[in-house]
Amino acid sequence: MSKILNPEPKVIAFLCKWCSSNAADLAGVTRMKYPDNVITIETPCSGRVDPNYVFDSLTEGADGVIVAGCHPGDCHYVVGNYKTLKRMLLVKELARQLGIEEERILLEWISSAEAKKYVTVMKDFIEKLKRLPPNPLKPHGLISEVKH
Amino acid sequence: MTKIKLAVAAGSYCGGCDMSIIDLNELLIPIDEVIELQYWQLAADFKIKDVKALKDNEIDITLYHGPIRTSEHAELAHLFRKKSKVLIAYGACSCFGGIPQLANPFTASELLDETYVHGYNMDDSGPNHMRTSSEYKKGRKMTLPKLLDSCLPLSSEVDVDYYVPGCPPVRDQWLVLIDIITNFIKNGELPPKGTVVAGDKARCEECGREKPDEIVINKFLRPYEINPDPEKCLLAQGLICMGPATRAGCGNQCTGDANMPCRGCFGPAPEVDEPGLKMLSAIASIAGAKKEGELGEEGLKKLMDQVVDPFGTFYRFAVPQILMHIKQKKAKEEKSDSVK
Repeated sequence: MSKILNPEPKVIAFLCKWCSSNAADLAGVTRMKYPDNVITIETPCSGRVDPNYVFDSLTEGADGVIVAGCHPGDCHYVVGNYKTLKRMLLVKELARQLGIEEERILLEWISSAEAKKYVTVMKDFIEKLKRLPPNPLKPHGLISEVKH
Repeated sequence: MTKIKLAVAAGSYCGGCDMSIIDLNELLIPIDEVIELQYWQLAADFKIKDVKALKDNEIDITLYHGPIRTSEHAELAHLFRKKSKVLIAYGACSCFGGIPQLANPFTASELLDETYVHGYNMDDSGPNHMRTSSEYKKGRKMTLPKLLDSCLPLSSEVDVDYYVPGCPPVRDQWLVLIDIITNFIKNGELPPKGTVVAGDKARCEECGREKPDEIVINKFLRPYEINPDPEKCLLAQGLICMGPATRAGCGNQCTGDANMPCRGCFGPAPEVDEPGLKMLSAIASIAGAKKEGELGEEGLKKLMDQVVDPFGTFYRFAVPQILMHIKQKKAKEEKSDSVK
């Protein structure tokens, strides 16, 4: 196991209103435990997540960004999650070129019944971020000031 | 009539912006009658010490082209800001970073090593045969300007009054600039700070090409792979054209006679703050549109792999905001370290 470089990573999660957000609720209702490093933001659809949101989160000091939406084919707006998939592929490539680790950006499909998957995704992602150095912009961004 | 004092200063430039001024030909005659040149490396024999000898705010208008690449460029930017009433960022480089900003993901030492140590045609005598440091031998000091870790637009260093984008700026912009200059001489009036001397629409509005109702890209092409139809929209033909996110005013040079896609040298269209990401988002939306279900995740991955080099495509002329923040923060930390 590699060394822990960042014990308390901060994560912004953009959750689709129709599925992943419900999965988060379900996880809460069934009292599943997961790290509290995640700040969740509900969006109307994962397709609404502008690449700007991802980069803005990183600029403001987030260590990682999760975009979660419905499984391909299940989008409430038919193709919203496909659009996100295509965007995130380019966003990850762009991040890599800019010298930002692409592991910081995660796209996951989580349906409203998959509370367990939601919890494991969050746990795994935070574990992975702990092993990356802190975001170089961290001490100054807005997100660093958020306290739980 | 009193003449106004003009200076043309430069950062890390290629000379294209200088040439764009020379290329004005007969337009230069009325300009020459009303201005008194104070500094212009290309056209007149003035030295920096002449500029230093001037009083503060003595120069009326300074055109600064090129980004801030070395410590000397930063010094010049501060000097000309101090000595001039109006500072104009002239050309895409000093407005947004330009082509040289493509080196931003790398540090200065990485760049020097790549060019002078591991570079093609370099011999194997090791890194010591090249003096890449800015100071050589203490005692007999020879100093060169320090290559900075970043290459940022002029506005990152000093306050900028007006922006004249373009790589290089075109004649139409000069007609506006001359208006500004003559109005300044006659009435002493200037347009509001932050004015961009270019069009106020997106590039696509000016383009005469026939645009379909709905644009779908099923295969991305690079300019060398296709001889595009000069009548039809380039995006619809599979080329990534930066038109939708770029400011108008360039006079249709690339997409017109040259039959090449727009590269975005006029910077973000009005009201657009991150042109690269907006364009990336738009391109991703129209790629394989309506066939997404058919293509599936794998098919879409293959399709998006055809977009080679997103940074060089979407950010060819503008520094991404996040990189700007990272670079500025690093520079600040270095400064505070050296004070300690």
